[in-house]
Amino acid sequence: MANNIDAVPVKLTAKDFSSGQDVRWCPGCGDYSILAQVQRSFPEINIPIEKIVWISGIGCSSRFTYYMNTYGFHTIHGRAAAIATGVKIARPDLSVWVATGDGDLMSIGGNHFIHTCRKNVDIKILLFNNEIYGLTKGQYSPTSAKGLVTKTSPYGSVDYPFNPLSLALGAGASFVARTADSEAKHMQEIIKRAAEHKGTAFVEILQNCVIFNDGVFDPITSKENKADKMLILKHGQPMLFGKDNKKGIKLDGFKPVVIDLNDPKNSINDVWVHDEKDISHARAFILAHLADDPELPSPFGVIRQEFKPTYDEGVERQIAHITEKKGKGSLEKLLFNSNTWEVN
Amino acid sequence: MAQETEKETLDLKEVTIRFAGDSGDGMQLTGSQFSDTTALMGNDLGTLPDYPAEIRAPAGTLYGVSGFQVHFSSSDIHTPGDTPDVLVAMNPAALKKNLADLKRDGIIIVNTDSFDAKNLKLAGYDKNPLDDDTALAGYKVYPVPITTLTSTALKDSGLSIRDINRCKNFFALGLMYWLYNRPLEPTLKWLNSKFKNKPEILNANETALKTGYFFGDTTEIFENRYTVEPAKLKKGTYRNISGNEATALGLVTASIKSGLPLFLGSYPITPATDILQFLAGYKNFGVKTFQAEDEIAGITSAIGAAFSGSLAVTTTSGPGVALKTEAIGLGVMTELPLVVVNVQRGGPSTGLPTKTEQADLLQAVYGRNGEAPIPVLAAATPSDCFYMAMEASRIAVKYMTPVMLLTDGYIGNGTEPWRIPHENEIPEIPVKFATEIEGFAPYSRDENLARPWARPGTPGLAHRIGGLEKANITGNVNYDPSNHDFMVKLREQKIQNIKNDIPDLAVQGDAEGELLVLGWGGTYGAIKEAVDKVTSRGLKVSQAHLKYIHPMPKNTKDVLSKFKKVLIPEINLGQLAKIVRSEFLIDVLQYNLVRGLPFRSSDIENQIVEILGGKNGK
Repeated sequence: MANNIDAVPVKLTAKDFSSGQDVRWCPGCGDYSILAQVQRSFPEINIPIEKIVWISGIGCSSRFTYYMNTYGFHTIHGRAAAIATGVKIARPDLSVWVATGDGDLMSIGGNHFIHTCRKNVDIKILLFNNEIYGLTKGQYSPTSAKGLVTKTSPYGSVDYPFNPLSLALGAGASFVARTADSEAKHMQEIIKRAAEHKGTAFVEILQNCVIFNDGVFDPITSKENKADKMLILKHGQPMLFGKDNKKGIKLDGFKPVVIDLNDPKNSINDVWVHDEKDISHARAFILAHLADDPELPSPFGVIRQEFKPTYDEGVERQIAHITEKKGKGSLEKLLFNSNTWEVN
Repeated sequence: MAQETEKETLDLKEVTIRFAGDSGDGMQLTGSQFSDTTALMGNDLGTLPDYPAEIRAPAGTLYGVSGFQVHFSSSDIHTPGDTPDVLVAMNPAALKKNLADLKRDGIIIVNTDSFDAKNLKLAGYDKNPLDDDTALAGYKVYPVPITTLTSTALKDSGLSIRDINRCKNFFALGLMYWLYNRPLEPTLKWLNSKFKNKPEILNANETALKTGYFFGDTTEIFENRYTVEPAKLKKGTYRNISGNEATALGLVTASIKSGLPLFLGSYPITPATDILQFLAGYKNFGVKTFQAEDEIAGITSAIGAAFSGSLAVTTTSGPGVALKTEAIGLGVMTELPLVVVNVQRGGPSTGLPTKTEQADLLQAVYGRNGEAPIPVLAAATPSDCFYMAMEASRIAVKYMTPVMLLTDGYIGNGTEPWRIPHENEIPEIPVKFATEIEGFAPYSRDENLARPWARPGTPGLAHRIGGLEKANITGNVNYDPSNHDFMVKLREQKIQNIKNDIPDLAVQGDAEGELLVLGWGGTYGAIKEAVDKVTSRGLKVSQAHLKYIHPMPKNTKDVLSKFKKVLIPEINLGQLAKIVRSEFLIDVLQYNLVRGLPFRSSDIENQIVEILGGKNGK
């Protein structure tokens, strides 16, 4: 085998990231778009294939690992974040990605999700949120809208849903973003941003399930609605939306309101300017909950990015520090370390 | 200490002391200090810490009593002692709870200060047993006002009354050091390192310790003191070690001997937490410990580390194993090396968290969905945990499989002298990672039926594994009926082959005869002592002890079939007995006592004598 460490890196293409396995999602599933955008953006993140690991749990989304030509591990329900944490702590040199769904991450795997965010383990979590259990054929999930009629809620679900952005922010994720399966270019940008981030990167992707929850995001993402219902966030830019970007979000104290820029009473200077690095958690939560008011659009883009040391760096640093202080451990000394006595 | 020789010193062969008091009285510390000093004196010893699950149960109550028993001897011993010769009772509840276990003519040292109306009532005494001629008749009772003597000695220490009272266990320790002729220096050294930044606490404890020692010397109440000569153990360097520390050291040793970095994913659980605590301190050995958010993350993070090329371990107790069960199955399906340590405790459910039991054997061998065989190993004594932790690691990486190592609360917390092996006497654990692209297939097989271990980061070997059924060789997802049948049998065969890679089951005593006592795990010492006693009286009994339970050594059936009767004592309702019957169609006699405590050797001795009846096995 040739030693290729010093070889000139060959420019990879989307095809290099395809495992060649037959993709078995339902025709028209939003997962195809996510797979395509990941494969298209990965050549640009400049990480060698062998350094990339995809971990998934159980669910439609979790079949993702089989389709990527990287190291992959399709594990058990809900545990992808915990397994990914083990991979990253053991091997900080690897780029570790989690493909997961709303049931896998936020129901059975909720505990691992919040603790991964809290610890700021340097892994990237892509949440394929279709607001339904797909692989078990259509039961309501922890992100399903209240009142949703499904096989296990024939008279409508009485559950309140999670707001995934808010949950991730609350748990301390250092990178929180949102995109949609229908927004190919936007998703690629967000995936690249997540790849660059050091720390837990959480990306919610609105993903349509054509079989069990078809069109659930149409009120936001359809061609007819997106101009008025999708707020595309750009760092340092005023929050504008609507046809011709003539609507803006103004922060009236803690209350976000829509202002019409066609009205001469309103000025562009009144519009809230997005700051991904805003030290105020409160403003990030206001953004995450923007669409709680049906008059307001849903946020897309990077909601918040914070730079803080990662868990895995902390582990490495502590080992280096203690090793420097005590010297590299000697087994002989460890075994004979404590109070000993001789028998002759 | 010139005058200390005035009292006659009597030479004893062995002594068992039980320290008992409130769970806040520091009895565990007192007992372990006495044990460590005794070990340094060269005695063989065994210990039994026995404490309640509550950290500070209400003072003076029976259920708040914490005990520590130490058995030390001038010869080779195997248990913490059946019946104490000496009881140190710091309050009425400690006396009441432990009196029945004491030898008929045993010594009782009581802290008379705590025998007030309130404490007597809490312990359920109608009248003070110290004033009652019948209550303690037959025992040698030494009443000592330990609290008063300690506070008098510390009245100028500047400490609060509360802090002064907390020093009374060191008075008791000092007194016992005098009575059993032990030096103060090891404990003084320990105090100096423990309280080097708290000089007032250091001085107070030193003073209490010395005051207790000199009290023994000057008081008129003790007519004698005792000594126990060093034991004639095998030549070498020794240390006193608990099973949990030995497990931690065994894992670090396996890491060094295999060249694999050690990763521990774990969640605190009694009585296994010590292993996590020990390993968390070994940072300069490159050990990575991850205190996970729950038991499941403990094992799944370890599985992630195993996939990435670490020596991966998770440590827990029975309830934790229940939670980790699905993930162990993932380890079986993906054929990744993983060591799962179960320090067994009393069950079911939360059960008896601080007490010992052997009732997780069937869980270990069979307790997973699907056909999910894994090797199951069991350590026999505290120091044996060191070797079995290395064995579990060796088998895991050689056969690419999760391995369950069973220890228990008794050997995990109990201690014994350990003849320390030198680094160069410990064999290497060979590991081979896949690196060649040519011919690589994730589920190809070596001569042991193990699949290759291809770490992420290796160019050209990117592959996918998972919990779905695999096609052999390629590792592709495969639902074909005949493939599933093939893979189920292949995984079973891989584990069965380990039989050829472990030592034969050894028999102590004759290789055939009337009765074989077969044990497993932490009951080794009690069985050994019982068998030694009856054979010294001329009975014909042999002993064998299983440390590899799944698969069992390949000569196991032969060994068992050479005896007319096989007795299996277990701290459960007969779990090994079930396995032996089903594997070998050999019937066995059971002896089951599930009290949350280790066996007394006398219980097993009585069983043996009863089984052999009038014939005495001759």
